[in-house]
Amino acid sequence: MLDAFQEFFRELAQTNPKWNFIYLYDPVQTERVLTGLWMTIKLSVICVALSVVIGVVGAWLQGSPIKWLRMLVQGYIQFFRNTPPLVQLLFFYFALGQFTPTYAPDGWVEVPVISNVGWAILSLSFFAGAFNVEIFRSGIEAVPDSTKEAADALGMNRLQIYRYIVLPLAFRVSLPSLNNNLVNLVKTTTQAIVIAVPELLYQLVSIYNDYSTAQNACMVLMFIVYIVLVGILVMGMNKWERGMRIPGYGQN
Amino acid sequence: MSETEWTPDQPIVSIKDVHKSFGDLEVLKGVSLDVMKGEVICIIGPSGSGKSTLIRCINALNDIQAGSIQVEGLEVNTTGLDKLALRKKVGMVFQQYNLFPHKTALENVMMAPLLVLKQPEEEVEKRARALVKKVRLEGKEDSYPGELSGGQQQRVAIARSLAMNPDVMLFDEVTAALDPETVKEVLVTIKDLAAEGMTCILVTHEMGFAREIADHIYFTDRGVIVEHGPPKTFFKSAKDPRTREFLSQIL
Repeated sequence: MLDAFQEFFRELAQTNPKWNFIYLYDPVQTERVLTGLWMTIKLSVICVALSVVIGVVGAWLQGSPIKWLRMLVQGYIQFFRNTPPLVQLLFFYFALGQFTPTYAPDGWVEVPVISNVGWAILSLSFFAGAFNVEIFRSGIEAVPDSTKEAADALGMNRLQIYRYIVLPLAFRVSLPSLNNNLVNLVKTTTQAIVIAVPELLYQLVSIYNDYSTAQNACMVLMFIVYIVLVGILVMGMNKWERGMRIPGYGQN
Repeated sequence: MSETEWTPDQPIVSIKDVHKSFGDLEVLKGVSLDVMKGEVICIIGPSGSGKSTLIRCINALNDIQAGSIQVEGLEVNTTGLDKLALRKKVGMVFQQYNLFPHKTALENVMMAPLLVLKQPEEEVEKRARALVKKVRLEGKEDSYPGELSGGQQQRVAIARSLAMNPDVMLFDEVTAALDPETVKEVLVTIKDLAAEGMTCILVTHEMGFAREIADHIYFTDRGVIVEHGPPKTFFKSAKDPRTREFLSQIL
């Protein structure tokens, strides 16, 4: 069965040299695609989680009474929102990477503490996190002062009001925009290719550099994978949104 | 320090010469009044007269520039105010109910005792159910605020305040946002409370209700108390022309 499947694509590549689905019949190339896919999934999941944390913390700091903290958050947002993520990746890896300490795991070769994958995770998380801060801020601002005042009048402190009243309500307001930003983040992980992170795009480009006939087949796969990956994310987010819906509140 | 010994024969809420401004606008220009334990007082007056501001000041939701407000001997107008101590003494119900929309009626009532008083959940739930029953909302425990009518929401808000076991309840125009037919159910709830001996301070436009329930009525206009007295004499023989004009418009 599997043999027949592989045989079909091997023959297709011979009869139609423009459609060489090499990763479907050459186990070495299959392996490259799978490791690339795994790296893309890891990057996406870690960056999504980190960027959401950055967003929540940043939005909280923005409401801080300490002026320089608010300015710090504002500066962070301006920097990461106003510069291209591709440039950020290059800057983090090549510029900041020079100043981070190194260590020698095998006693011989010095390697930096933060690898290129590490820099990609940091850079992309902070990039998406900057947008998430603004997204959560808009949600937080949508919670009426009178609701917070009622919590205050019941004796809740600032942290309790934030955690039990403001955040749960703000989250519901923020979810649709958050959804959009996370979709963008997953797609932006492909840019990690510029610092040689072996994610899916990197692996597929390597494959068609080695086998130029595989170019079209690689691009097709690229689209399919991202449609499926982002589709799963959006489905999950929509389910979450429905699960958090409050009866009789907002749109039903 | 800021808390002096209080005995029930002294006013439970004592307001002395309170001044409050928002920027250049002076809203309260020296207001004084005393409320004894178990008393029900109603503050009436034209809009913008400072009556809502006054009761918000009692709960330190607004600060004051001068004067003194004491609740059971606790001075509200100090920088080192122990807000939590004040919150435990004073409950407040707002015009717009301000329920937590993501919590059910029962959860709304349970929240503060759990988070603020750190009481055990079982005990809190038992008391919350009793309170929901008391405001005549049995069966609505698991409804969200969005599923309740205005009058029902306001009664949940009253139960939510009562869950903190306050000694004084403040009602800030609690029926002003309600449909006429639901006003009554909220007023009945407040009447029950007053009958049980709860000290209540109400800002209201319901003159009939004020006449029926209040021990004492205060009429405010432009930041001062113009006239006050027990309802019988207040409504029949108001002396000040401003009071008479207001009453003639509203009755």
